[in-house]
Amino acid sequence: MDDTATRRAFLIGATSLAGGLITVLPVSDARATPETMQAAIKKVIASAPLRKGKVTLHLPPLVENGNSVAMDVAVESPMTADNHVRAIHVFNEKNPQPNVVSIRLGPPAGQAKIATRVRLADSQRIMAIAEMSDGTFWSDEVDVIVTIAACLEDPV
Amino acid sequence: MKPPERCIFVVGALICAMTSPLLIARAAEIPLNERKSGSEFMGPDTRAMQDDDTANPGTFWVLDGEALWKRKVGAAGKSCADCHGEASESMKGVAARYPAFNAARGRPVNLDQQINICRAERQQATPLPLEAKELLALNAYVARQSRGMPIDVTIDERTQPFLEAGRATFYRRQGQLNFACAQCHDDNWKEKLAGSPITQAHPTGYPLYRLEWQNVGSLQRRLRNCISGMRVDNYPLGAPELVDLELFLMWRARGMPIETPAVRP
Amino acid sequence: MARALINVPPKAKKGEIITIKTLISHEMETGYRHDNVGKPIPRNIITQFVCTYNGLEVFRADLYPAIAANPFITFNTVATATGTFEFKWTGDNGFAQTETANITVE
Repeated sequence: MDDTATRRAFLIGATSLAGGLITVLPVSDARATPETMQAAIKKVIASAPLRKGKVTLHLPPLVENGNSVAMDVAVESPMTADNHVRAIHVFNEKNPQPNVVSIRLGPPAGQAKIATRVRLADSQRIMAIAEMSDGTFWSDEVDVIVTIAACLEDPV
Repeated sequence: MKPPERCIFVVGALICAMTSPLLIARAAEIPLNERKSGSEFMGPDTRAMQDDDTANPGTFWVLDGEALWKRKVGAAGKSCADCHGEASESMKGVAARYPAFNAARGRPVNLDQQINICRAERQQATPLPLEAKELLALNAYVARQSRGMPIDVTIDERTQPFLEAGRATFYRRQGQLNFACAQCHDDNWKEKLAGSPITQAHPTGYPLYRLEWQNVGSLQRRLRNCISGMRVDNYPLGAPELVDLELFLMWRARGMPIETPAVRP
Repeated sequence: MARALINVPPKAKKGEIITIKTLISHEMETGYRHDNVGKPIPRNIITQFVCTYNGLEVFRADLYPAIAANPFITFNTVATATGTFEFKWTGDNGFAQTETANITVE
């Protein structure tokens, strides 16, 4: 087992010592990795450079429960016909697959700001990428620590 | 460290901490003015989720409960509304008083049980299964009518023995780890367990939407989670021991406002 | 029909940027979980959310299993004219739900 799966098993083991009696989270064989995250990002930006800035991604640094984590993304932009955010894409590194959400907007939005609640399978890096009307891509990233609830259920 | 070794290390640390003489000597009630609801231990985002009805998934259960309140069921063809009228008037303060003594049964019953007693006896309908969506919805709708009101269970010569039974469960060391509920929730509520804050365990917001369940659940479901976490032989849903413990916990939280439907991690 | 909660201000000034909050009841089953006998639970999620304002699309989101159960989405739009917002959620197993909300713009 790689280190992240081991750490998750450790946290589960520490709080339900008889082991085995857990239906918890999605621990799938097909997990996103930093490489699959990069591949998913490439599908969106192709060969364009990814710049840091304009985007503010916010997630709580220490998450209470990975099943539902408040996330908001804001992008600086006047949102005029000539200068606006066309899309916002959010990616993750360690969930079973790399995409979180893809938003399409335009000048009718007035401001490029969204909020939602996401699932995070483990402590990981989340990245938000904004696609501007001039074809440029801007990004922000956040490192999040995910703990699990201390008292889990028996299955049934 | 490999997982089994880490596991033993953490368990050992917990046992040492929990059995240290200092902590045993301290097993004392939290002073009334130091009591805090579970919502004070949550981050601002989760608190915002609870405080905004349009962002709180628990609202769906309240809305379902409102529909069920008006639905005629059973051989008697009656709805809750037929006897109780507008819930916003008739149910105000009710959830704050439960568990309450039921003379016919000679013991306290909780709100789920009272709803099923009404169904069986007044509506001549089959009782709803515990933890079923409909029962949670009705309970959430009724309890929502008490939101903001102080918890006020009646302790008199009839309910006193059951309060004592619940209190004894709360303070008794039990299970594989030889823990008592009080050791975490009276003595160590300022600390963390596996990264999560240990709350004081006041049932101010039930039924509530728990992020861990991605669902609304009852106090008894949460108690069973705790009890299995303590490695104690669990009580089945609806067990009298759980109702006694509910009575004790509500008494322990007396005066604190109802928050139903709350959101918790 | 899933329950949905929409929060749109009933009134706004022309040109004002308003915030719309939406919450819909849906378990968003990821497709990565197994039941207690090890059988995979099939994916069942909402895959798309679209908002139109007086017929014009103002917001679109493609959702993945990483969106939490009971999807909550908040976004902004400019209040241009009195009229109707239409919110449409679509997803796996033919899931489709539409809700509307009115706004008065002065």
